[in-house]
Amino acid sequence: MIKTVDLYKSFGETEVLTEINTEFERGKTNLIIGASGSGKTTLTKCIVGLIKPTKGKVLYEGKDFHAMDFQEKKEIRKKIGFLFQGGALFDSQTVEENLQFPLDMFTNQTAKEKLDRVNFCLDRVNLKGVNKLYPAELSGGMKKRVGIARAIAMKPQYLFCDEPNSGLDPKTSILIDNLIKEITHEYDITTIVITHDMNSVLEIGENVMFIHEGRKLWEGSRREILETNNREVVEFVYASSFMQTIREKANLK
Amino acid sequence: MKLLSHIGRFTLLMLITFKRPESWKSFRKRIVTEMNDLGLDSLPIIAVISVFMGAVVTIQTSTNIDSGFIPLYTVGFAARQSVILEFSPTIIALILVGKVGSSISSEIGTMRVTEQIDALEIMGINSANFLIFPKIIAAVLINPFLITLSMAIGIAGGYAVAVGTGLIGASDYEYGIQLDFKMYDYYYAMIKTVVFAFVLTSIPAYFGYYTSGGSVEVGKSSTTAVVVSSIVILILNYLLTQLLLI
Repeated sequence: MIKTVDLYKSFGETEVLTEINTEFERGKTNLIIGASGSGKTTLTKCIVGLIKPTKGKVLYEGKDFHAMDFQEKKEIRKKIGFLFQGGALFDSQTVEENLQFPLDMFTNQTAKEKLDRVNFCLDRVNLKGVNKLYPAELSGGMKKRVGIARAIAMKPQYLFCDEPNSGLDPKTSILIDNLIKEITHEYDITTIVITHDMNSVLEIGENVMFIHEGRKLWEGSRREILETNNREVVEFVYASSFMQTIREKANLK
Repeated sequence: MKLLSHIGRFTLLMLITFKRPESWKSFRKRIVTEMNDLGLDSLPIIAVISVFMGAVVTIQTSTNIDSGFIPLYTVGFAARQSVILEFSPTIIALILVGKVGSSISSEIGTMRVTEQIDALEIMGINSANFLIFPKIIAAVLINPFLITLSMAIGIAGGYAVAVGTGLIGASDYEYGIQLDFKMYDYYYAMIKTVVFAFVLTSIPAYFGYYTSGGSVEVGKSSTTAVVVSSIVILILNYLLTQLLLI
């Protein structure tokens, strides 16, 4: 479980995050939603330690990440898998080398063990025969799947996905969503997904947190988000006419 | 003020860079790859520049000797001294800044803007150490060989043009290039080579590492890296010459 306690982050005079208190439960897909520029990515970067918060704590199983020494942080980071918005695959390496990279750096596995693990992870994301391809030769959806495969290569306890559906067609988006949900339940890990895709919220949002102008305004399940009367959440969720139709049909007004 | 800020940030980056590598096996592998990419791949351009450099120095020296009191072997002597002391270590370093430095800066800058560096950090890898350290070590190891080769090719280029065009005889040129040779001159050139190898890898790496934005910023970082590295090399060239030769 990951918990944030009174988390604040400022860049100069601008306060980007204000008093974020929340819990991301293990075995669940925890979604952070909000408009562009609301502070979702900054919050995630604070949680994984890419940015130091101005004030507050990020607790991994009760231990404050930002108070840990270098070695302790490294141990936590080995347990983190991260799917970046653009994939962030190493473009000088093949798909196989990308997946093998963390295994080379942190394990003493034999070449065969590493290859088996690579093939297992690729198989898990329904990708076969792409081992020798370079990231530039993959489609957007394939890159995301390779990104997920790399994120799970080290058997992480925490999985972060930054806008996993951006730039994907609806069918591939659903495939990626389902994959994230399946992996979360299968490996009983803490998954945090940043998104502003309402389809994802309705598909996999077991615990949804809404951020507005750097503040946590609302938290609940995907069912509760359809019923809330919080003005900012309603404006965000029902911004599209498609979602307005769903609300009307469900008589949730 | 901005200059001091850059010096401070560069120093801090180097302190993070010069740490024990995460995996020695991977580190060794990367050094070999970088020696190939930064060094051996530059061999053709170094060879072409060196041969013409030696040839031009020989022609210019030869055509400027009017007095009959100056022996012809002076041409060989001047070509050797110019190539060893200045042309090979300094001019080739400036050429390498353009080729290798811009490539380092744009490679690392692109990795920064496409979040590949963040990916390394999240995995628990010291990204500066992983990306920059092997490049510096590779350049420091391979550049002395490249520059030595450049010296040999430069002097050979001078020989070819001197003898081939009949400017002076082969024996005069051969005598000239052996005349009053001091090993210290070569050591001086090698000291400069090692220092310049550090500059032409670390400064572009610094500008690439702190790139933010998109492709335009990557291009700007690369240009700034080449300009700053070239100026630093020229300043250090002057300081090292003052320190080591006078």
